[in-house]
Amino acid sequence: MRRILRVLLLAGSAVTASLGIAAASEDPLYTSLGGREGIVAIVDQATANFLADGRIKNSFDNANIDQFKGLLTDQLCAVSGGPCVYKGRDMHVAHKGLHLTNYDFNALVEDLQDAMDSCQLPLGVQSRLLARLAPMQRQTVTK
Amino acid sequence: MRAFLPIVAVLSAFFATGPLNAAESPAASSRRWFDSGKLLATSGVTQIEGAGGGGLAAWALIAGYGTRDSIGLAAHASYVHLSDYDLWSPGLAIGLFDRVELSYARHIFDTRVVGKRLRLGEGFKVDQDIFGAKIKLIGDVVYDQDRWWLPQIAIGMQYKRNDESTRVKLIGARSGDGIDYYISATKLFLAQGVLLNVTLRETRANQFGLLGFGGSKNGGYSTQVESSVAFLISRKLALGGEYRTKPNNLRIAREDDAWTVFAAYFFNKHLAVTAAYTDLGNILFEDNQRGLYLSVQIGI
Repeated sequence: MRRILRVLLLAGSAVTASLGIAAASEDPLYTSLGGREGIVAIVDQATANFLADGRIKNSFDNANIDQFKGLLTDQLCAVSGGPCVYKGRDMHVAHKGLHLTNYDFNALVEDLQDAMDSCQLPLGVQSRLLARLAPMQRQTVTK
Repeated sequence: MRAFLPIVAVLSAFFATGPLNAAESPAASSRRWFDSGKLLATSGVTQIEGAGGGGLAAWALIAGYGTRDSIGLAAHASYVHLSDYDLWSPGLAIGLFDRVELSYARHIFDTRVVGKRLRLGEGFKVDQDIFGAKIKLIGDVVYDQDRWWLPQIAIGMQYKRNDESTRVKLIGARSGDGIDYYISATKLFLAQGVLLNVTLRETRANQFGLLGFGGSKNGGYSTQVESSVAFLISRKLALGGEYRTKPNNLRIAREDDAWTVFAAYFFNKHLAVTAAYTDLGNILFEDNQRGLYLSVQIGI
């Protein structure tokens, strides 16, 4: 039983340590993404990737691409703690008609990761942004 | 090995008949048997008993890259080279709808020179089959990033059947087969790039079942813990360590806890390689069984 406690204690301290890392790196994500300019570059590249991706490009058939880019920029800016307000429709309402699956959601994530790679963002910054976007799966994946 | 082949045959038949080439179709409108839709590395690798996990520990992740609308497969071959023993293990796991995992692994345990000392012959092999089933209960390892308190949780079981049931009883085991039951909690802290896992296992297995089940010191089940930490170094590389407590049922030989430090590299969703340094402690009469663990996994 003492062995078991020791292992649990080890796991516990690992959690504490990783939360500690989180607290230490509290500089706003927005700055790390390169501010508005950096986010615009990510959105441009990511949108190009979405539209070239056979897995999901059809979801954009009825979209106004310029408007989409503007909304995505505002959203990433707001999510990363920047001085923006997302003025688009509620995420659930906006995606309801698309009948998206986890397959589609993850394809979009991969395209965004590739875009952030192109923009040479370090993995830590990419992961922090993705961690804030991941829960949106619950509003956007309806199928 | 004989038990392995029909499974492969059935799965390849299934694989061949599935509507695989649904590419370029409108999003979400067609069903794909194998969508490889999970994010890279989020399938985990295959643990030593054939379940999706790390190297030593079973995790709550479902094997393969199929999303909840699809099916995933992971075949693996693992090799552990210890000071006095070798272990070979091929296996196959299928993930159904990112909810249920069924797995099979074969253990081929080479006693090398120890076999001679036991008058079984040098290179005597002790083999066992392991049939596993796991079901994910709650939580999502990727999407629940806003719920730090909710890991992905799964329960599972592993039925192990040792081919040498008579011989393992001679060294004091109560039986030649047994079932492990476990519950796993796996949490990814994506922003920090850290994955943690804790698994509680109810087991009677001596040395994973290679030395039978139960013993004269303790015949019944005991609760053992597996814990893992992994750091995501890049999208393709994870480094980490695992610690697994084991029962100590046999009077004839002590059994120690096991640990590993590992590197897992995901070339893509179809190929991953795990290399580890592992220490299994005492096995039968040989102390300090340490060495290299290598596992190659292919899948979809």
